[in-house]
Amino acid sequence: MIFVRKKVVLLQPNFYQQFINQKISKNMLNHYETVFIMTPVLSEEQMKETVKKFEKVLLDKGAEIVHQENWGLRKLEYPIAKKTSGFYHLFEFVAEGSVVKELELQYRRDEKVMRYLTVSMDKHAIAYAEKRRNLKKERAAAAETAPVAEQPAENTNNE
Amino acid sequence: MAQQTDIKYLTPIAVDIRKKKYCRFKKSGIKYIDYKDGEFLKRFVNEQGRILPRRLTGTSLKYQKKVAQAVKRARHLALLPFVTDNLKSNN
Repeated sequence: MIFVRKKVVLLQPNFYQQFINQKISKNMLNHYETVFIMTPVLSEEQMKETVKKFEKVLLDKGAEIVHQENWGLRKLEYPIAKKTSGFYHLFEFVAEGSVVKELELQYRRDEKVMRYLTVSMDKHAIAYAEKRRNLKKERAAAAETAPVAEQPAENTNNE
Repeated sequence: MAQQTDIKYLTPIAVDIRKKKYCRFKKSGIKYIDYKDGEFLKRFVNEQGRILPRRLTGTSLKYQKKVAQAVKRARHLALLPFVTDNLKSNN
């Protein structure tokens, strides 16, 4: 038995290489989601610039941005750095783990960023994010088709 | 004998008919709990903003862990408060 096994291995010298390759490719790319909060002191343009800066950080490091979302100015549930609101922005990207390290370093260096959170996503999270995106798209499409109908309704509410 | 059967109570007897608790995530097939949805997570938090125990919400252990993690993430991003008073009446 042992003899036979040896023979098989000898016939395929790269037998283990395929497993190693598989392992590497699995470890290399991960799905991440990052949310960060910028100070409300910024103007709309400055805020967009900051977002672009971090987008560039991601792209330079070879990350693939799957989705991004700007929540705009939002009220905070508790004050951070004596501010009661902040600009939220979300990135969803596929990249190596080292990219996250670089991104968070940039977050810490930038004083416009008050808070950040980066989370790696499992398969359920990815499925959920996709579903959420599609829902948003549908809602946006619905809002576009019937903006005229909404406006008079709002006016009646105010009266 | 007849008198004994005629006993009447001033207040109705407390009969425990409790609704059986169930895990809402298992029941509705939710696999992932989003930390970005602060409004949803408020259901698992009391008025002071503390995470409710499993014995009150009926959530299964697997999902209670996920709820707890989501609540903690939401707190970090200021989507949920760490401590407050009257969390629910404010909204």
